[in-house]
Amino acid sequence: MSTDILTEKKKIHPYQFYLWGGLGSIVMMFAGLTSAYIVKKSQANWLDFDLPNIFLVSTVVILVSSFTIQMAVKKFKEQNENQYRGFLSVTAILGVLFIILQIQGFQHLQANNIALTGARSNSAGSFLFVITLLHLLHVLGGVIALIWVSLKAFSAKNNMNNDLPVKLISNYWHFVDILWVYLFVFLHWVG
Amino acid sequence: MSHEAVLHAHESHGHDDHGHHEHHDTFLTKYVFSQDHKMIAKQFLITGMVWAVLGGLMSVLFRLQLGYPDASFPWLESILGKWAKGGQITPEAYYALVTTHGTVLVFFVLTAGLSGTFANFLIPLQIGARDMASPFMNMLSYWFFFAASIVMLSSMFVETGPFSGGWTAYPPLSALGDASPGSKSGMDLWIIAMALFVVSSLLGGLNYIATILNMRTKGMSMTRLPLTIWALFFTAVLGVLSFPVLLSGMILLIFDRNFGTSFYLSDIYVNGVGALSNEGGSAILFQHLFWFLGHPEVYIILLPAMGMVSEIMSVNSRKPIFGYMAMLGSLFAIAILAFLVWAHHMFVTGLNPFLGSVFVLLTLLIAVPSAIKVFNWLTTLWRGNIRFTPGMLFAIGFVSLFISGGLTGIWLGNAALDIHLHDSYFVIAHFHIVMGVASMFGMFAGVYHWFPKMYGRYLNNSLGYIHFWVTIAGAYLIFWPMHYEGLAGMPRRYYDFSIWESFKQFAELNRFISTVAMIVFAVQILFLINFFYSIFKGRKVTTQNPWQANTLEWTTPINPGHGNWPGEIPEVHRWPYDYGKDGIDFIPQTTPVGENESSH
Repeated sequence: MSTDILTEKKKIHPYQFYLWGGLGSIVMMFAGLTSAYIVKKSQANWLDFDLPNIFLVSTVVILVSSFTIQMAVKKFKEQNENQYRGFLSVTAILGVLFIILQIQGFQHLQANNIALTGARSNSAGSFLFVITLLHLLHVLGGVIALIWVSLKAFSAKNNMNNDLPVKLISNYWHFVDILWVYLFVFLHWVG
Repeated sequence: MSHEAVLHAHESHGHDDHGHHEHHDTFLTKYVFSQDHKMIAKQFLITGMVWAVLGGLMSVLFRLQLGYPDASFPWLESILGKWAKGGQITPEAYYALVTTHGTVLVFFVLTAGLSGTFANFLIPLQIGARDMASPFMNMLSYWFFFAASIVMLSSMFVETGPFSGGWTAYPPLSALGDASPGSKSGMDLWIIAMALFVVSSLLGGLNYIATILNMRTKGMSMTRLPLTIWALFFTAVLGVLSFPVLLSGMILLIFDRNFGTSFYLSDIYVNGVGALSNEGGSAILFQHLFWFLGHPEVYIILLPAMGMVSEIMSVNSRKPIFGYMAMLGSLFAIAILAFLVWAHHMFVTGLNPFLGSVFVLLTLLIAVPSAIKVFNWLTTLWRGNIRFTPGMLFAIGFVSLFISGGLTGIWLGNAALDIHLHDSYFVIAHFHIVMGVASMFGMFAGVYHWFPKMYGRYLNNSLGYIHFWVTIAGAYLIFWPMHYEGLAGMPRRYYDFSIWESFKQFAELNRFISTVAMIVFAVQILFLINFFYSIFKGRKVTTQNPWQANTLEWTTPINPGHGNWPGEIPEVHRWPYDYGKDGIDFIPQTTPVGENESSH
């Protein structure tokens, strides 16, 4: 029986497949939304506007956080527990910062009469809000996971042999980063 | 419980042959919140059966209206109350019944009931795994489905009735609360139920994919997998990639319904009053998003049936499946094409004719892999030593229905013909035969074939034969005439055809269809009696491998516990279709390849 477990360990962990499948399904959801955006844009009554500059700042923030989580993975591999903890928490903080910046971006849009709903709304604005809000929800999930993994890293029971949690969270975090870059470029150039 | 934990749990069982550790399982953890894939499969099956009965009953009720539009049945009022005032189903109730019948049969019976049951039951058993990659999330998958069921059921009992705008939930009926009685809270509950359902199928699908890719036993290479597993794998991939698109469509729908955006709504007037303060939406947009799921969904329903039919046919013909790699390639081709044909549901929406012709071409291409599959099933039967078990009969019935319904698909796939046939009874006949009844036959075939593994007892054969012959005759008698009605222009979803001069000629035919529908429904009750009676009182299975099959599930004990194999998981040495090879009737996958053995 124990040999079963050993051979199991050598393979890619099932949760890794789980995550990749899940990322595939998230990709399809955003592919659906951005395709709908293109279809809708080609029809009448579409409002053109520029994205707030603050989204550029948040893009830089999330790109930097991708770098820091990669450093955390590297430090984990080197078994450098202190620096691993450091990079992990910095990533979590950058994640929170990203959320704050996005919310400021939304406020900026509303101040310029771009609204999600209501009489002054246009589906161009509604789309922008729905797509970015859904992305933000996925980031929020990532931040919660990051905080959880960080807390585990600081706890006395931290296991520096089990690399699964840091692997999973770093994959996911890179994903929401790339997803945002895609959405930003898409909304900027297509929208 | 992680899979390692399952291994440990099993280890303790393995050391104790008398099963003294069984008392760790309480009633709640064994039958209700079970993490054993076999129990979860049974939960999916029985919940699916409950929905099949309810959905079938709904069809009997609306067929009653179509067959006897002028008659009054006082007993209906006593059951349905205000929905059948004066003993006649009201138009609102009729639409609610049609909508709910479609929704539950497509999603709850033929998706959750079919994949949920057989993916859960067969994947670990046939690939040689103790359980799913994540038994816990597998359990969650069932309970999300259960929650979806409860919410959908509760929508039947709200004041304004359940959603009644058709199972495709097109706006404006789905997006505007004032559009119809069913568009109010009934639709809110419909959306919640569907969202829970999507979560359930994602959790399930991810589990199936991870398990198949990662937890095969030693020697079980991908090309040694039974075709059932391949079919369930492609089904899971289709689900994981297409349901999120439906979800994105639903999210926009929720915003339109509840928060005043206008993704789908534009210039709507209800009773002469403008219903919206904003404008500029496009109802067609929803159709794109819906059918991007909707078409793969057809194959999510069909592929598991195809896989099981391949397996059952090979076992009961005592012959290897004809063209294993061609079967696999055609499954793959169908899975790819499934994503590229959605607009053939939208030929009459004002689609650009050039785009339409692209979708015609891609749609007709599906005929190629489908024909390969049919050819291979028939050549598997050819000169086989066929055992006509009820499971085998249902498998052959599946092929018959798949051919009959597939041929009319070639008609409907042509944009020019579709202008005439769209939204007519021809469409109803087509999709019921090729997708609805055919998959139902696949499901029945699976239940009859794997019942001995599920419950350690046999189903009654005589009842099985009656069930099969009445159902297949009934299926053709119900749906074949609908082709003619559709060709004559009879539109679907109408409440009463007797007021049209041109459709009056079909009054008797409609009455005939309704009568057959009731008989077929009654025979399904016979199946239910057989099923539940046999669980407790059926003839006991006395041998490990009652069908003399090669696949791994028949190497487990007659009533396998959690963990499936009491000792080591068996090693696999060959593909699963060595029937009649070198004069030997069957060679299980666990048998090592002999020195002088020819390769298959």
